[in-house]
Amino acid sequence: MTGLEWVIALLVLLGAIFVLIGSVALVKLPDFYTRLHGPTKATTLGLGSLVLASLLFFNFVLDELSLQQLLIALFLFITAPVTAYMLVKAGLHRNVDAVSATKNKHLMQLSEKQRPK
Amino acid sequence: MRSWTERLMPTPVRSVMLFVVWLLLNNSVAPIHLVAATLLALGIPLLTAGFRDQQTPFRHWRQALIYLLRVLMDIVLANIQIIRVVLGPNRLLKPGFVLVPLELQAALPLTILACTVSLTPGTVSAEILPYQDDPTENMGERFLLVHVLDLNDEAALIQEIKQRYEQPLREMFEC
Repeated sequence: MTGLEWVIALLVLLGAIFVLIGSVALVKLPDFYTRLHGPTKATTLGLGSLVLASLLFFNFVLDELSLQQLLIALFLFITAPVTAYMLVKAGLHRNVDAVSATKNKHLMQLSEKQRPK
Repeated sequence: MRSWTERLMPTPVRSVMLFVVWLLLNNSVAPIHLVAATLLALGIPLLTAGFRDQQTPFRHWRQALIYLLRVLMDIVLANIQIIRVVLGPNRLLKPGFVLVPLELQAALPLTILACTVSLTPGTVSAEILPYQDDPTENMGERFLLVHVLDLNDEAALIQEIKQRYEQPLREMFEC
């Protein structure tokens, strides 16, 4: 195995670990709002390194020009925060409760005031 | 009176982007894809020009690049910090909501700020308060409601978001 292949293997492994941690967070964390943190974060770093690994593999190991991975990264970085934002907003507007340990819970009411009539 | 190039290409940057994205999607520069890309790059902006709101322009490409690199760095570093929080016991978790006062007013930089906050681990932007239909109207002070996974020092977090992300955005967009 060449040095580059080691790097790619490491990136794939790291990416898989981060995606796994994100999924674990989705199951394990206590309420809707904290659970959201898992998937939005895992996609950014985990899938980011998977995409980078794929980019390196196809372009330098197989020696064919392939830049589609850049598009995956682009779409990912645009859609992940928008999805998260819409989910939180929907949660707030539907009065989804947060765990009692949450600080500044009163701030959730602010969102209620601008609920569409 | 707008020149004919402006009428043909209302948003040149977007046209170039569409062109490149189409070629990337097909992973090819065969003539048929070049033709299709050109048609789409010219056609889509023309069709959608009527729906667009005027956005704040920015010309500081160097600063934008620095900002992008900084955000990427932060994503990597903060992800590593957050693993401990995620895998640790739930009872040690200190989630919370934080109101970050905003100095940005325009829609585009606000969107970028909210997305950055969501992408960097530990924080998800939840809402911009108060909501505003007309982007030209000045609503006075506005806030970004942020949900934090592990809230230790509220003031420090607000300070960090303002200095690390809002300040460069204000310089980039000159607002």
